[in-house]
Amino acid sequence: MERNQMHKHIFLMRQSFFDQGLLDEQFIQLEELQDDANPNFVEEVVTLYYRDSSRTLLNIEQSLEKNPLDFNKLDNYMHQFKGSSTSIGAKKVKAECTQFREYCRAGNGEGCMRTFQQLKKEYAILKKKLETYFQQTRQAGPSETACRPRMN
Amino acid sequence: MNPSNGKGSIATASSSGAWKVGDVVPDQFPAGLRVLVVDDDPTCLVILEKMLRACLYAVTKCNRAEIALSLLRENKNGFDIVISDVHMPDMDGFKLLEHIGLEMDLPVIMMSADDEKNVVMKGVTHGACDYLIKPVRIEALKNIWQHVVRKRKNEWKELDQSGSLEDGDRQQKPSDEVEYSSSANEGNWKSSKKRKDEEEDIEDRDDTSTLKKPRVVWSVELHQQFVAAVNQLGIDKAVPKKILELMNVPGLTRENVASHLQKYRLYLRRLSGVSQHHSSLNNSFISAQEATFGSMSSLNGLDLQTLAVTGQLPAQSLATLQAAGLGRPTAKSGIPMPLVDQRNLFSFENPKPRFGEGQQQHLSSSKPVNLLHGIPTTMEPKQLANLHQSAQPLGNMNVQVNAHGGHSSSLLMQMGQTQSRGQILNESAGSHVPRLPSSVGHPAISNGIAGGVIGINGIGDNSRGIGYNQVRPTSSMLSFPMNHTSELASNSFPLGSTPGISNITPKGAFQDEINSEIKGSTGFGASYDIFNDLHQQKSQNWELHNVGLQFSASQNANRLQGNLDISPSVLVRQGYSSSQTSGQNRNVSDIGRAVFSGVESTQQGNTQIIGQQLNNFLVDNSVRVKAESIPDAGSQSILFPENNFGQEDLMSALLKQQQGGIAPAESEFDLDGYSIDNIPV
Repeated sequence: MERNQMHKHIFLMRQSFFDQGLLDEQFIQLEELQDDANPNFVEEVVTLYYRDSSRTLLNIEQSLEKNPLDFNKLDNYMHQFKGSSTSIGAKKVKAECTQFREYCRAGNGEGCMRTFQQLKKEYAILKKKLETYFQQTRQAGPSETACRPRMN
Repeated sequence: MNPSNGKGSIATASSSGAWKVGDVVPDQFPAGLRVLVVDDDPTCLVILEKMLRACLYAVTKCNRAEIALSLLRENKNGFDIVISDVHMPDMDGFKLLEHIGLEMDLPVIMMSADDEKNVVMKGVTHGACDYLIKPVRIEALKNIWQHVVRKRKNEWKELDQSGSLEDGDRQQKPSDEVEYSSSANEGNWKSSKKRKDEEEDIEDRDDTSTLKKPRVVWSVELHQQFVAAVNQLGIDKAVPKKILELMNVPGLTRENVASHLQKYRLYLRRLSGVSQHHSSLNNSFISAQEATFGSMSSLNGLDLQTLAVTGQLPAQSLATLQAAGLGRPTAKSGIPMPLVDQRNLFSFENPKPRFGEGQQQHLSSSKPVNLLHGIPTTMEPKQLANLHQSAQPLGNMNVQVNAHGGHSSSLLMQMGQTQSRGQILNESAGSHVPRLPSSVGHPAISNGIAGGVIGINGIGDNSRGIGYNQVRPTSSMLSFPMNHTSELASNSFPLGSTPGISNITPKGAFQDEINSEIKGSTGFGASYDIFNDLHQQKSQNWELHNVGLQFSASQNANRLQGNLDISPSVLVRQGYSSSQTSGQNRNVSDIGRAVFSGVESTQQGNTQIIGQQLNNFLVDNSVRVKAESIPDAGSQSILFPENNFGQEDLMSALLKQQQGGIAPAESEFDLDGYSIDNIPV
């Protein structure tokens, strides 16, 4: 059935997240918190994350445009950003955060900027993938709604 | 979810709490544990909340530390444990940790994505009961209840070790609680917690539950009476039954007194037990104590109470000091507990932060200390008393100082809330004390003096003074207890008029400066202890003071008395005003200044007084000092409430003492005890 197909598809998608290192164990923790009372908990959290962290990213972006760079401030922002990224299990994004902070501590502005670009990329990739994932999950979800053949 | 508790809503987390003995089945524990989680990151906050709910806890989340603090303050018994992030924009997590420890004595868990050793260490030293690395897993949260239980058990244990507790009391207490619950451990825990809550509760007595004993509100007056009774009996011999008899308060049960006494002892012990160096343990301990006592006074708003308490102190302190000081030179060093307990009662939470070396500037600077002007804030006396007591332990004043510091802090805090001034005094006193010793040479005295002076001087002149709870050198303060207390109190007041946070804030600043906030408080605690000791020892302190002050205690025993009164304050002042660095000299000068300002308001600028000058000054001013103070020194119980007599009263009492041998100060002050001759140098 399409439904089964969808489910399988979703299952594989999700698996790929872990295999590719986009998500880590923490994501599973979130999933485990999801229950009937909060059937879309993970999606809600991720949405909240993207909304809140985009502000932080903007701050970092602006700070990176300043001259000279305020590494302390950058580090603080990044610490914040890293905290939330970690809490949803965004593994690759987290790695970039760590790298960025190291450059901050080393006072390496160039390194910071490079890493930041990389970070933004990973951040966007994950966002897109998760959006798709959630969308499909909802479509294929346990609800009795008719399965929609469309997968996107 | 705990049925009796909403989902962690504040409403449910009221004093009725989820842990009402009668309501909650102990076996459900840890379900329903009331957790307050603070994190500025909304994502983390939501996740944590969900996790905690999954653990069946009653969760309240909040994204700003200030909000968290006010939540905690509004519902003193509303939460069992707090989880807080380290990095927050509005307030450092560690600062919040300290505040909570001081005011509410709740277990606090820190968390951060930062797993660096030094940060974790900071958590430990600041008294966090655990440190979680983000991302936090639900498994880690499932066990946080252990911290709550552990804390309760430790408190009981401390009480056990208090020694003075009547065996019967102790046994009775637990058993009383046991009868409340079906589960022994949890029941005890809850019962004791409940009892604690009850007693700390400011509410009027009310037999809300047939299972619970009627709530006793330890108002300032009541506490004053309590302390007076304890002092009369002597901290070692104070048993609930006798205290109850002395207090003669209808409706008060022996159990009420017993548990209050336990807390008091813990408080004193904490004050004296805190070593000079930053000891997180101490801090925690003191915090706990202070928190307990703080709650007594409702930091939030019991100005009166605080005042009363402080006010009371002076009277009591004096008495205690005399007794303690004179009689038990070693009392302090040896057994911090009694003192600590006492201190705790006084809610000298402020002391802790006091340690700030003179950070208190703003505190003290707010008003030129009216050493002698009867500062309404009764706090002074208390503080002084505390200081004295702390100072008592001649020998290891340092320790005491710490204690004072702690006390001072609490006092300060309390004062701050109620009367910033008062606080300042305490703190100053506390801090000064340590200072003094150095210059003075007699640590013991310094403490005492510091305490005393601080009160008086600190406030006016030096904001620093107040902050100087750090009076490490716990010395001398003892002697000065009575007189100074009043002075101190008054001093504080001028400075800290802004109650509440403002007062506390300075302290906070102090803390930062001090380096270890804990220390600050401990210092204060020490001061208080010194005072208490003095008070109890009666006359011992005086001697100490004298010595410390170098007022040539030897010179005039009598004068010393008088001087002591003054000097401590002077010293204290100096301690305060001068930057922490200069220490003695400064202290002295400050003190001198303070004294001067207070007494003669002339030589504010004697920075170099240090001791000698003080002596002179003291001598000269001793009379004056005395004259001014304490009209009601004797009436301990009254000290607090709206007593302006504060310093002046004490001063006069002191002076009287000096002159007449025994100040007219009522027996409560035990001015008699201030014979300087005994200064145990």
